Amino acid sequence: MLQIDLWKRVLIWLVCVTGLLLALPNAFYTRVEQANDAAIEIVAKGETPERLEIVNQWPSWMPSSLVNLGLDLRGGAHLLAEVKVGDVYAARMDAMWPEVRDVLRPERSTLGTFRRQPGPDDQILLKISKPEGMSRALELVRGLATPVTSLTGAGSMDIEASADGDILTIQLSGAERLASDDRTVRQSLEIVRRRIDEVGTREPTIQRQGVDRILIQVPGIGSASELKKIIGTTAQLTFSPVVSRGSDADANPGVGNKVVPSLDEPGVYFTIESAPVVTGEDLVDAQPAFDQNGRPAVNFRFNTSGARRFGDYTAENIGSPFAIVLDDEVVSAPVIQSHIPGGSGIITGNFTIEESTNLAVLLRAGALPAGLEFLEERTIGPELGQDSIDAGKIATIVAFVAVLVFMMLSYGLFGVFANVALILNIALIFGMLSLIGGTLTLPGIAGIVLTVGMAVDANVLVFERIREELKAGRGPARSIEEGYSKALSAILDANVTTFITAVILFAMGSGPVRGFAITLGLGIMTSVFTAIFVTRVMIIMWFERRRPKTIEV
Amino acid sequence: MRLKLVPAETSFDFFGKWKLWLGISALMMVVGLASFLYQGLNFGIDFRGGTTIRTESTQAVDVGAYRGAIDTLELGDVSITEVFDPTFEEDQHVAMIRIQAQADGEAISGEVIETIKTTLDTVAPGIKFVSVESVGPKVSGELVQTAVLAVVLAIAAVLIYIWLRFEWQFALGAVAALVHDVVLTIGVFSELQIKFDLAIIAALLTIVGYSLNDTVVVFDRVRENLRKYKKKTLAEVLNLSINETLSRTVMTSVTTLLALISLYVLGGDVIRGFVFAMIWGVIVGTYSSVFVASTILLYLGVKRDWSKPTNTTGNQFANIDA
Repeated sequence: MLQIDLWKRVLIWLVCVTGLLLALPNAFYTRVEQANDAAIEIVAKGETPERLEIVNQWPSWMPSSLVNLGLDLRGGAHLLAEVKVGDVYAARMDAMWPEVRDVLRPERSTLGTFRRQPGPDDQILLKISKPEGMSRALELVRGLATPVTSLTGAGSMDIEASADGDILTIQLSGAERLASDDRTVRQSLEIVRRRIDEVGTREPTIQRQGVDRILIQVPGIGSASELKKIIGTTAQLTFSPVVSRGSDADANPGVGNKVVPSLDEPGVYFTIESAPVVTGEDLVDAQPAFDQNGRPAVNFRFNTSGARRFGDYTAENIGSPFAIVLDDEVVSAPVIQSHIPGGSGIITGNFTIEESTNLAVLLRAGALPAGLEFLEERTIGPELGQDSIDAGKIATIVAFVAVLVFMMLSYGLFGVFANVALILNIALIFGMLSLIGGTLTLPGIAGIVLTVGMAVDANVLVFERIREELKAGRGPARSIEEGYSKALSAILDANVTTFITAVILFAMGSGPVRGFAITLGLGIMTSVFTAIFVTRVMIIMWFERRRPKTIEV
Repeated sequence: MRLKLVPAETSFDFFGKWKLWLGISALMMVVGLASFLYQGLNFGIDFRGGTTIRTESTQAVDVGAYRGAIDTLELGDVSITEVFDPTFEEDQHVAMIRIQAQADGEAISGEVIETIKTTLDTVAPGIKFVSVESVGPKVSGELVQTAVLAVVLAIAAVLIYIWLRFEWQFALGAVAALVHDVVLTIGVFSELQIKFDLAIIAALLTIVGYSLNDTVVVFDRVRENLRKYKKKTLAEVLNLSINETLSRTVMTSVTTLLALISLYVLGGDVIRGFVFAMIWGVIVGTYSSVFVASTILLYLGVKRDWSKPTNTTGNQFANIDA
């Protein structure tokens, strides 16, 4: 009767002590955070006496993981962006067009003349003067197709060609679109991450969400607009041949060309060739610099193949104008003075120093493969976060004390046992949150407060059961034993159902709601553990020492 | 001397007026639904898109002046409310500005926010925007769907769990109580026009969990007593079970409410709506586990033969020992 094996007791106390140790760093939040930051800096930038001193603020043998504070507590910016995956289709088609032209050109005797027709961006429409040759044209174009390289699209080709009368339509196949969307989002994610890293903010969260969305959370940044300036720009840089310069935005550019505005001369439009000579992808470096007149500019360097193409083009086109285009706006359009070998150059324009620095960052990090559309943005000021933390702290302490006093008044010594368990419970929640790197949000604090209220429930169930057994005339030991075993099924059923809702909240929720689900779920686990193991061990240890003839619960 | 909220021995008759209790519940549900259909919910930007700006200034908030300034920008429907809270400092004056979703499915642009700020600065110099949240209509539509789906899924999961652990009558009783709690909570949010946002959905699900917790404890005792007292009528067994667990029900509700009320008073205005929903839910959930779940169970009746081994699932964890 009333026995727990020694190893079980040791295990239970061990779990509690581990939980307390893991939770401890959170009691010294600022100090541990500084120590952790300094430790990272030492690895990244080398050891200095100051950094070492900060690291030593917290003993290295102690656990040092902290609970992450959510944006609503720490302040920062949150952005949900949708990648416009369709952008890529048009670029793919434009890139494909020269290939199509080259493969059809030798067959003019069977096809007659062919010409690209204006149509949707994501298709190539070709008009062929001899419709009899259509089957040959289809055959040739289909020969350009390559198999899709993705698991789901295995076996299908990347482009589809179809004929309608004398019109030949080329577009990406469904499987290729899916594969391309996935690639686009993954690339965008990578680029966004690189750009944010370049700026050097701490602990950003950059996650893919759903099929084509990216969630970006950066703590400590002043506003979401600031963040948008860094990641919102596509930064597609191209070096394109200029066809003409004019002032008409609606001028007919002709097939294969497009009209783009000038960045700093209002009312000036350039007609440029759609297929660029070199793009930003060929850049290996970009640095802010000053031009010969002392104005801010950006120095860049091409990789070998980019340098060769750029060199060849400049050699062949001395005397003609040439446009440096950033996101469909002409930054500058110098006239080629001489052959430019070596593959480096300078972009000049009406930049401020800040703009040239930003542009260099963007060019180094690479261009986004497609534009981003911002669906959701939230900025929480650090003051508001601090206010919430302060209010949450006070509320939690008051709630805690109220429950502790109430439990003691209601159950006496057993109430004290339950209270010790409750304190351990909170420590365990924080310990586990630190361990799994969970995030504490404002609703999460509410979840903890709710757990404080509900954690006593399991103990109450047991204590009420023990009372009933005592009333039924059983001895103290037997009553305690029965109380625990009979209350168990109610405790498990009640907590499993609540746990189910916590899991659903976690799966469907986002941000703060998810934070709430985590603390609620952890709270359920720890409260069941403390109620059926910890208070039990305490009661049994007390009972063994005192051997009371009667007990009062 | 122990504090006892409920006498050690009670024998209240919970079912003598069961028609009255069910009637009251039904009436309240109808009022809640009618209010929901008639005046709807005061949806936050999570669910209908738009922008909220929380401003802070050292001078008193003049809603009229704020409005006059913002109206010049022609942003459509704008609502401005002053926020009061006992946790604020003396010279901390907070207002919430809500601006309707702008066209084109995107969140509001940074330039617009800057313009609003410079405009407001003319009427309230030194005004700070402590938080700006903007949700495009495209996302808010999806958030509504996910929220509804989450609540429905939670209720369905619970229905299945209780069905497996008890009998289908118990499951129906529990789910009726849950629906009752959810409807009454939505009703009170509609009636008082409290802002209904994503956090409230979290609160709703917690209420579902809490109410269920309560119901399951009562049902667990009912199952046990059905085996113990084979001769008693179902009504007697139910009554006995509720009386036996009454002390625990009240204790747990009181401790939870103690914690929640301190959060309501001291936790700041940002989560006040959320905490209000939970306080309401705890009260309604406690009520419903006795007066709705058990009454429905009584109405549906239950198979009394618990001797078959398949029905003793309630004992399968009883051997767990520390």
